[in-house]
Amino acid sequence: MNFSELFKLSGPLGRFSPDGRCLASCMQYRLVVRDAGSLQILHLYTCLDQIQYIEWSSDSLFILCAMYKRGIVQVWSLEQPDWHCKIDEGSAGLVASCWSPDGRHILNTTEFHLRITVWSLCTKSVSYIKYPKACQQGIAFTKDGRYMAVAERRDCKDFISIFVCSDWQLLRHFDTETQDLFGIEWAPNGCVLAAWDTCLEYKILLYSLDGRLLSTYRAYEWSLGIKSVAWSPSSQFLAIGSYDEKVRILNHVTWKKITEFEHPATVANPKTIVYKEVEKSPSVETERLSFPPTRALANSLFSTQSKYAISEVPLSLHYVKPAADRANPKMGIGMLAFSPDNCFLATKNDNIPNAVWIWDIQKLKLFVVLEQLCAIQCFQWDPRQPRLAVCTGNSNVYLWSPAGCVSVQVPVEGDFPIVSLSWHSSGDSMVLLSKDNFCVCYLEREEVK
Amino acid sequence: SLPVGSVCVPTLATTDSKNIFQYTSDKSISSPSMNSQVLHSSLPSSKTMHGFFSAFCTEENIEQSISYLDRELTTLGFPSIYAESKGKELNLISIINCMNELLVLQHKNLRAQEEVEMQHLKLGSDMDHLQNCYAKLKEQLELSKREIVGLQERDRQLQNKNRNLHQLLKNEKDEVQKLQNIISSRATQYNHDMKRKEREYNKLKERLHQLVMNKKDKKIAMEVLNYVGRADGKRGAWRTDKTEARNEEEMYKVLLSDYEQRQKQLLVENAELKKVLQQMKKEIISLLPPQKQKLKERSEDGPVLSDLEEDIGELNKENMWELSCETVREQLTNSIRKQWRMLKNHVEKLDNQVSRVHSGALNEKDVISREDHEMETEKLELEIQQCKEMIKTQQQLLQQQLMCPCDDDTTVLLQDCYLLEERERLQEEWRLFREQRKNFEKERRSFTEAAIRLGLERKAFEEDRGTWLKQQFLSISTDYKRSENVTTPSAFLGSSDQDSRLLKSTSQQRKPRCMLGGPVSAEPCQISQYIAHNSSSAALRKPVGDSKPNQWVESDKETE
Repeated sequence: MNFSELFKLSGPLGRFSPDGRCLASCMQYRLVVRDAGSLQILHLYTCLDQIQYIEWSSDSLFILCAMYKRGIVQVWSLEQPDWHCKIDEGSAGLVASCWSPDGRHILNTTEFHLRITVWSLCTKSVSYIKYPKACQQGIAFTKDGRYMAVAERRDCKDFISIFVCSDWQLLRHFDTETQDLFGIEWAPNGCVLAAWDTCLEYKILLYSLDGRLLSTYRAYEWSLGIKSVAWSPSSQFLAIGSYDEKVRILNHVTWKKITEFEHPATVANPKTIVYKEVEKSPSVETERLSFPPTRALANSLFSTQSKYAISEVPLSLHYVKPAADRANPKMGIGMLAFSPDNCFLATKNDNIPNAVWIWDIQKLKLFVVLEQLCAIQCFQWDPRQPRLAVCTGNSNVYLWSPAGCVSVQVPVEGDFPIVSLSWHSSGDSMVLLSKDNFCVCYLEREEVK
Repeated sequence: SLPVGSVCVPTLATTDSKNIFQYTSDKSISSPSMNSQVLHSSLPSSKTMHGFFSAFCTEENIEQSISYLDRELTTLGFPSIYAESKGKELNLISIINCMNELLVLQHKNLRAQEEVEMQHLKLGSDMDHLQNCYAKLKEQLELSKREIVGLQERDRQLQNKNRNLHQLLKNEKDEVQKLQNIISSRATQYNHDMKRKEREYNKLKERLHQLVMNKKDKKIAMEVLNYVGRADGKRGAWRTDKTEARNEEEMYKVLLSDYEQRQKQLLVENAELKKVLQQMKKEIISLLPPQKQKLKERSEDGPVLSDLEEDIGELNKENMWELSCETVREQLTNSIRKQWRMLKNHVEKLDNQVSRVHSGALNEKDVISREDHEMETEKLELEIQQCKEMIKTQQQLLQQQLMCPCDDDTTVLLQDCYLLEERERLQEEWRLFREQRKNFEKERRSFTEAAIRLGLERKAFEEDRGTWLKQQFLSISTDYKRSENVTTPSAFLGSSDQDSRLLKSTSQQRKPRCMLGGPVSAEPCQISQYIAHNSSSAALRKPVGDSKPNQWVESDKETE
């Protein structure tokens, strides 16, 4: 593993381009585009105000920079650095901005969610979508970029509109049986839309592309409900994480629950492997190593400060009971992610903030628990293989694969509290972000059989 | 009888007389009166305390005592001791009898007394025993009563506790229900409030929206250096109904393709599972001992169902499982379940047998005894050993054979032999192959020739046909010219080599026009075109070479 040096960052906004050639990062009001391999600065753009959000277009030719305070979105071209585009929402304000899947339209959500304006970079036309819903995931694009689903709210009722992205024609408009629609997400096959209700009510609805209600699922009443949702990459499974510390998996044939994954504070099954991060006294030199390590190496020391040790099961994990009188309590399943080969599901129970639970989907059983010393900030699967990168707010990055687990310290001077990470599309490198800096980690590719 | 006064002391008591005298007459030994002497001598000679005997009769009251005794005896039923009823003389015999009677009576009484005393003792001890028992039982009763009271007390306490717990449970349940009601009522209240706030909020939004739109803010705009081309390079299109319909179509296509893909996957999975089931079924059938299966079949299924089994057997033939209809599937699963149950029963039976063997109850028919089993295995092992040895020897011999020739020449020769053999075989095969190839070539050539000939013949045939038809037309026309000699079509057809020659010549003339040499199939079309063309034209024309058939065809029509 090689690490680059630290670069300055604000945001924390750092993103690889979809084609993997460039890395964009923000420094206050400047947008810096670097080459992904050498990290040489390719372009430097200056925006009018502090950038709050950047997004690459799908063809990696444009980047949008959104400045919510000023209500401006600026778009930069990589092919023609002289080209410029500024969208000013004026008094309408701006709370969110994103690209359309074809990379030629920008959807701006104005303040108070008054409307969504669709600005076109190709023509002079402007479209408006009225009554968008102010919720966590109100806009969802299908993976192939053909259709867009928008959550709407009119007359105190929730609706979903499905638009065709090529000409922004309204395809379907139907109401949902939700109290307060919280989020929508397309299945990767683009044929099923999942819509779930606010956490006060556990309800998830599955709609077909043509607006028919396929199924409704309610696990229980009254207690706090759904916290996070994830589709498996093959669209076979829908994982629902809820406030009762369980993940329920629905199958795509009958839309019924096939299993429940519990996250108790005590891991009892002797077949589960528990990797516990353990502090180790620092040694003099840091070793460069290749990944993934063999099982024999998994236990041995790699980083200078901490390493993994296999713990004996049964084992008690550090359990935190949140304050009962606060809203949005830190409990339940807050993070869910499927591995790209469909074989694993990584979850985090906010009641046990230091642990990552990895479930084997082929056997529908708990496979591995990673217990860290600090609270988990972020984890993300390698887009090519079943490899999970985890960061916990210190300057270590943790990698798990079925072969083993490794903890690597980023060799930098000073503090580098990693709060977020993002893989390169090839899976060969990833960018590690802290609040003020970022660093790119290059992983040597090893031919693993 | 003796006089009263003179009673001789009988010899009966002579031995003890002295004693008696001494004994009884302590006081007055010196004056022996008759009474005292008599009386003294009639007393029983027991050494026990008969001291008081002297108290009854003394010398002074002999007569009174005698009369008293007599009175007593007579009242007791004894005869009187007086010799006469009034006299004072004593009847010795009766006295003796009375004494004897009295003695006997005394013995009897003593015995009776003893018995009574015995019985008394017995009764006394019984009584004691019974009293003891009674006391014990009373104690036990007391104890039991106390226990009962204790248990009752406990029972009461437990019942109380139970009642309390039930009450608590009910209370809890009520509370839970109440809380749920509270929650639901609060939820509805919150929803109502939320809706109210939302409506207000919507109104504000609308107002704001109006303001924003009304202001015609110059600021809400997009400045762009130049417009960019579309990602896919195409031009933008207007939104029309057509595009709407196309979008709908696209959407349905996407959905359909997804469903089709899923259905395919499911079909594949289904087929695999069915195959697995079939295999399992076959294996289960093979595992089951055959007669039992038949017996089972006969006993379980009736004659009707055995037909079903036969049908199933037919259906289980190889390609039938590709059918996916309900009945086939049900039958397959039912039959597998049945087979599996039979196998399970069979295994259970075997288990029972094994357990019986272990417990010692051998059924020699069904079970092979362990010794026989072991003997069999030993035999088989021996056989295996022998076979192995044989194989080894064979191998050795073979090796020797191969290795044996001491000089290299022979080995080389041998090798050459083999090679030669192979080579000759290969040559033979090559020869055959070449022959066959030649034959094929020949055949192919002949076929091609035949095809060419066929083509030529066909061409010629078509030519002939064309000429014949033309001949027909011509002959028709000549027939018209010499209208007197109108003949039947058959005659017309049959006639004239002349005509044919004529036709041939004319045909030759008209060759370039009519393209007779050209594509064979076009010919009849051409001619029919001609006919059509000609029939449509009303006027008789006289073009150079072509007119003849025109006229003639028309006229032909007219004549017909």
